[in-house]
Amino acid sequence: MPHDHHEPHSLLPSDPELRARALETILVQKGLVDPAALSALIDTYQNDIGPQNGARVVARAWANPAFKARLLSDATAAIAELGFAGRQGEHMVVVENTAAVHNMVVCTLCSCYPWPVLGIPPAWYKSDEYRSRAVKEPRAVLAEFGVALLGSQKVRVWDSSAEVRYLVLPMQPEGSHELDEGALANLVSRNAMIGTALAGAE
Amino acid sequence: MTSPTPPAPFDAPWHGQAFSLAVALNEAGHFSWPEWTELFGAALKEAGSNGPLDGSDDYYTTWVATLETILCQKGIADKGLLDAMKSNWTEAFLSTPHGQPVHPELPLPLQAKGAARADEGGRA
Repeated sequence: MPHDHHEPHSLLPSDPELRARALETILVQKGLVDPAALSALIDTYQNDIGPQNGARVVARAWANPAFKARLLSDATAAIAELGFAGRQGEHMVVVENTAAVHNMVVCTLCSCYPWPVLGIPPAWYKSDEYRSRAVKEPRAVLAEFGVALLGSQKVRVWDSSAEVRYLVLPMQPEGSHELDEGALANLVSRNAMIGTALAGAE
Repeated sequence: MTSPTPPAPFDAPWHGQAFSLAVALNEAGHFSWPEWTELFGAALKEAGSNGPLDGSDDYYTTWVATLETILCQKGIADKGLLDAMKSNWTEAFLSTPHGQPVHPELPLPLQAKGAARADEGGRA
């Protein structure tokens, strides 16, 4: 029976969107997922979990040397002190930027990323271009992000995996040592914790 | 001065939908996360062989395809069911007046599929 095109109907979503809807319907019908739990999950990553969490971790490390030492020796436990834990943050490693080394993080396989402290990765982190070039030519990539390295700095690239997630501890900006943790956190961007920006630069 | 505004995590609602399905299934124990990343990584590599992926729509299109693959591997769904449910959603969009909430047509393909199997047996 031909479809009646005289009535205005809803705009047809894209093929993958229809397939995503189909998947959810199937899984809900089978009782394998709960629609309310799915909504709560999305809401969590939209509102509660994001780079603001990681910024608090970095700020505390700058303000509190004992915390910083714990963060560098057992990142998962130190980050949990601030209440950030859970999925995709079970095995955290924090790598510290110094005058001798600049760290940056990539996932060459897919898009592994420390969700509890950074949330969902941005599109560029998931793009083929970043995933391939971060390893092959990190200095060129950093230059495109506007990161000016010190002449003394080596670049170290960390490849995240399903097991280990990295967070960069950026260098504390000059002149910020009198600030409290709240003010320090405002100097820490998402990209600074991936290693594609410097703290205080944005 | 307030904390930096968190960037919107999903470019489109269906990206979040696809994301949440994989996370919920993982947490319910239907697959491990390393199992997911291995399958998803391979799918990204294949998808990217036709041209570099931008990490947004094409990334989540691959995510959806990987979910379909893993559900079939686990015996939770099969291609027939996936296609049937997508058709239901397509028809629901095409037949719902603009501005009204869209719901897929029932009866459910789960039931329809069971009936079709019984029919096949009878007519073979």
